Amino acid sequence: MIKLKLDNVNKQLGGARILRDVSLEISAGEFVVFVGPSGCGKSTLLRLIAGLDSICGGDLLIDGRRVNDLEPRERGVGMVFQSYALYPHMSVYDNISFGLKLAKTEKTSLRERVLKTAQILQLDKLLQRKPRELSGGQRQRVAMGRAMAREPDILLFDEPLSNLDASLRVQMRNEIARLHGRLGSTMIYVTHDQVEAMTLADKIVVLNGGRIEQVGSPRELYERPASRFVAGFLGSPRMNFIAAFLHTPGETSHVESLVLGMTSLPVDSSGLAANTQLSLGIRPEHLSLKAAQGTTGLVVSAVEYLGSETYVHLDTGQDEPMVCRCEVNAGWRVGDRVELQLDIDNLHVFDAHGTALKRHTIDSLPAGVAPRPASAGAL
Amino acid sequence: MSPRLLKKALLRLGFWCLIGILLVYAVFPFYYAIVTSLKPSSALFQVSYWIDNPDFSNYAAVLNQASFLRAIGNSLVVALCVVTLALFLSLTAAYALGRVKFRGRGPVLMMVLGVSMFPQVAVLSGLFEVIRFLGLYNTSWALILSYTIFTLPFTVWVLTTFMGQLPHELEEAAIMDGASPWITLTRVLLPLLWPALVTTGLLAFIAAWNEFLFALTFTLTDSQRTVPVAIALISGGSPHELPWGLLMAASVLVTVPLVILVLIFQRRIVSGLTAGALKG
Repeated sequence: MIKLKLDNVNKQLGGARILRDVSLEISAGEFVVFVGPSGCGKSTLLRLIAGLDSICGGDLLIDGRRVNDLEPRERGVGMVFQSYALYPHMSVYDNISFGLKLAKTEKTSLRERVLKTAQILQLDKLLQRKPRELSGGQRQRVAMGRAMAREPDILLFDEPLSNLDASLRVQMRNEIARLHGRLGSTMIYVTHDQVEAMTLADKIVVLNGGRIEQVGSPRELYERPASRFVAGFLGSPRMNFIAAFLHTPGETSHVESLVLGMTSLPVDSSGLAANTQLSLGIRPEHLSLKAAQGTTGLVVSAVEYLGSETYVHLDTGQDEPMVCRCEVNAGWRVGDRVELQLDIDNLHVFDAHGTALKRHTIDSLPAGVAPRPASAGAL
Repeated sequence: MSPRLLKKALLRLGFWCLIGILLVYAVFPFYYAIVTSLKPSSALFQVSYWIDNPDFSNYAAVLNQASFLRAIGNSLVVALCVVTLALFLSLTAAYALGRVKFRGRGPVLMMVLGVSMFPQVAVLSGLFEVIRFLGLYNTSWALILSYTIFTLPFTVWVLTTFMGQLPHELEEAAIMDGASPWITLTRVLLPLLWPALVTTGLLAFIAAWNEFLFALTFTLTDSQRTVPVAIALISGGSPHELPWGLLMAASVLVTVPLVILVLIFQRRIVSGLTAGALKG
């Protein structure tokens, strides 16, 4: 069932177009995450849904009803703010019950609902405290409680974890995931942290410059990015990009690049002319290294040891080094000469506009199916 | 003694000297008024800086004048009305000016500030006409109206600044909770503005309490006069005698409540003046 629908939504502020023709459907009970670089319009989109900002063009529908002109409280949405925005002079109980009181909820059921909310969020023992007497994580939970108390169908989160320290962030992330499982309400979550996006989302919406770049499950977006932007945005360390030329277009493309030389790839480039510029994308985990003979190959420029794995940086003569994810005991050192081995099936090819070309192997499989075991071919 | 220690001691000495000068400068006039008020009129012109044997006859004489007590009552009514009215109006204005984005917000604020730059004398005659027209001459309302006009720019500016410092998300959270602007103002923002309200309210009170020119111009009879005018009009037994003892006793009586008020709210004032400078 479609819970929320955005139909060609536009937003302008002054002369600047913040959002351009955003269309999106969100099903009931889904956990949707908006990600994108700062200034991409993700927070604005959330505020439009909340009703804090007005929509300049297009329609916003909740349960099939157009809500463009409705007040936030009439939309059945609750929101958790980045800075929590708890009422500093009110106790936790009053913070949570404020909205219910304004909605003229009957006394006994108000108390019941506040207590129930507090119980879900483990705030039972803190109800009489003031926000300043709470820790960061507790404040965060009060903010969620306040948004939940009126039992909205849609919960909105605006970068809720960005004020917490790293360990607490992981803990609250899990709590939010549990909460979603327990409440079953539709949640829309804005973040610039891709780990939050990947771990929480049923569906990720990647925004760039006020447009939706791609919508899909975390796995779909990671394995089959539709554009160079999405490919580069998700994944850490980010995908390696290699400038290349299309030598012979066709069902199977012959591509020439400085680093890899001439390669034949299982990618459909029949729509493109010969000699067009391409960029090849390969994730660090799809690269492997082999000691090179003599003066061939690339030079290791840096080695980052992370405990469970090592990132080996290779000097390619371009601005950005290539990064390869290796086993810890692979033993590469700075200055070593190595030869690259690519997992061809997991190589992405993007045209000059950044659009991904269709790959025969992975892209023809249904979504969520793992590609066959890596068949590394030496180049 | 090493030169370093000497320098330190000298600096310290200089510091306390400066504080002493400041203290004498600020407090001496008031102190001398108290000393004078506690002398019988026969001893008035013997210069002395200590209170040897206090004589409360001046206070008794002032407090026995019904018109003086009446004036204190009038002043109290006028000042409290001005504070209430000014705080209410400036709070609502500050909400609009500090929170709502609209075209012409800057010019409005500048105009408010500009109005407060006119000296009282410049608007005196015009205001007199207005008050005559409204039929308020020789009533407390004339003073309440004119004081409010002169207090508002100050209170509006101060409260607008404070209002602007409160985080936006707080207001948006209230909107998400379904609060109307009025509820947001009274239940969410107002409790956070208390220090600022106390500060501005107290300053407005002091201004209204001490005002002289309008009070002299817009009131005629003893029954409507406020304290500053009443003190100025205290006269002695003959046209050639100025009853300094009475004047001083009356001044002290009028000033002491203010001093007490300020001392009570001192901490609030300081926290009000610096609120927003630190993250709370």
